[in-house]
Parts: sequence; structure tokens; C-alpha cells
Amino acid sequence: MSGTHRHGRASQHPGAPPHRHPPQPDLEDGPYTDYMAMADAVAALLIKKKVFTGGDLRRMIELIDSKSPAAGAKLVARAWLDKDFKKRLLADVNAAAAEFDIDAGHIPIRCVENTPKIHNVIVCTLCSCYPRLLIGLPPDWYKSRNYRSRTIREPRAVLREFGTEIADGVEVRVHDSTADLRYMVLPMRPKGSERLNEKALAKLVTRDSMIGVARLEDR
Amino acid sequence: MTARFAVGDRVRVRAAFPPGHVRTPFFIRGKEGQVTRVIGEFANPEELAYGRKGLPKRPLYWIQFPQSALWPDYAGGEDDSAVVDVYEHWLEPAKGKRK
Repeated sequence: MSGTHRHGRASQHPGAPPHRHPPQPDLEDGPYTDYMAMADAVAALLIKKKVFTGGDLRRMIELIDSKSPAAGAKLVARAWLDKDFKKRLLADVNAAAAEFDIDAGHIPIRCVENTPKIHNVIVCTLCSCYPRLLIGLPPDWYKSRNYRSRTIREPRAVLREFGTEIADGVEVRVHDSTADLRYMVLPMRPKGSERLNEKALAKLVTRDSMIGVARLEDR
Repeated sequence: MTARFAVGDRVRVRAAFPPGHVRTPFFIRGKEGQVTRVIGEFANPEELAYGRKGLPKRPLYWIQFPQSALWPDYAGGEDDSAVVDVYEHWLEPAKGKRK
């Protein structure tokens, strides 16, 4: 945390000499871009034309904000324990999620399996497609130009920056989510997790392991 | 519309540069890869982006490329690959010999 917390003009810290902190910028202090203006205008028009209400919009934002990697983690844990479920998951994630009453949305999601021979990693080079309803909102780095341009070009270097070293004999397979699909990775089950039950296994599964930038650590 | 290509077919991505909302990344245009999955049919996003219906739907494929075919100076492993979702109208049969 940088030293930019908020309080009045001069410091009130007892014992500290008077000093100023830069104020934390308000959201509106950033530039208001053309795209932001367009999104606001389209939302206002759709509400005015009664396509949906302001409440509908708020509820949808709240719903998306409420999603987390926990839903995807449940699917991974079940797939580790149940071979038939794993087959169904690899064939059609949305249908497999429905078995848990998880609504993964209408965009088809495909699951790719990490093995000792193949390490999969997901990127969207054109924009920032991400299975939000299944693993929550994407981290900022996933949307960055750095990640989007370099993951396809030098995936091993990017993975190394995430602390993920892939051995020479292993194929690194980058999936570019360019079109009508979203992706999740089925990470390898960590060694030492043999005695854990499904719930405990799900707790081991991280967001980054389902994007493919990390492996799960052996226990 | 039936899919023109099948799993295992070698294909080349068209080296075309039309304007508009195109979902075929530049780095695969003109490159050869292999069909690894026939995903299904989807409305054409190049049409949808302009308020049209995007019909007829277009078959979509997983095309797998060796990384060394995409980047001449690729520094990773020999087996490293990229899989990109590509619509059928961007694909043509690969000519010439197999790699």
C-alpha cells in the first residue's frame, strides 16, 4: 500500500511532523473516454426506450460482481474425483455446471485439461473474453496489453513471471479466445491431496490455475 | 451449412485484410495449421457488429498452429502450439507439402 491515504490538509498523526498526503483521486479524475461516453449513452437510451430498467441494469452488474472462482473450483474438484463427470466437463462446461445448479451463461465454455505433457494457458488477444459467470471478473492483468500480446508470443516468459516454470519436454498450448467460446483450464490435481474430500479439494483450486498461469502446488 | 473441413485437415488462414469487426487475429493470417475440433455454427460476428443478423451461420473451428510457424524466432519448446478459434470463411485448404 502506498502512503496515499486520505485525511485533511495537514496530518493529524500524533508525534509526526506536519505533512501532506496526495489525495486519493476520485473515479471521475481519470479521462472520460469516447467509449465510456458511448456506453453511458447506450445504457441511457435502452432505459429510455424501456428495453430494460435501471434496476435491471443494476441487478445484472450486481450479479456479475458477485461471481467468484468458487463455481469453477467446484467443477474442477468433481472432475478430479469422477471420471465420467470429467468427460462431461471436457465436452460441455455449461451443461456440467448446470448439474451443480450453476448458471454459466449462454456463451459456450470449453475446458482444456492440463496433463504432465501439456500445459494450457488462456488469453484473449483481441479483447479480454473471459468466463465471468464461472470464475468471476477477470483480474486487471488479464485485460492488459502486456498479457494479451505477450502470452501468445512468448508464453513461457510470461508464465515465468507468474512463477510458473514449464519444463522443456512439456508442450505449452496457448488458447486464444477470439470468437464465440470462453475457456477454462482443468489444472492437474496436486500431489498429496489424495485424502482430501471434494469440498477440501475445491478449496485448493485457484483462479490463476483455471486461467493456466499457475499450477497448483503439491502438498 | 455443413462444415467444409474435418478434424486433421491442414488449412491455411486467408491472408486478407478487410476493414471492420474481424475476429481473425493478424498473427495467423497466411499461416498454416490443423483442424483439431469442429466447434459448431455461429452467427457471423463480422455482420453482427453492424446490426445485421449474421446469417447464414458460419462453422467455427479450433485451428492448432505450431508456435514456430507463427513466430520465426520463437524461443520456447519445439512442441509449443497455439489454438485459435477461426470461422470457416477465413480458411482454405493448405497447399503444398506437409511440414
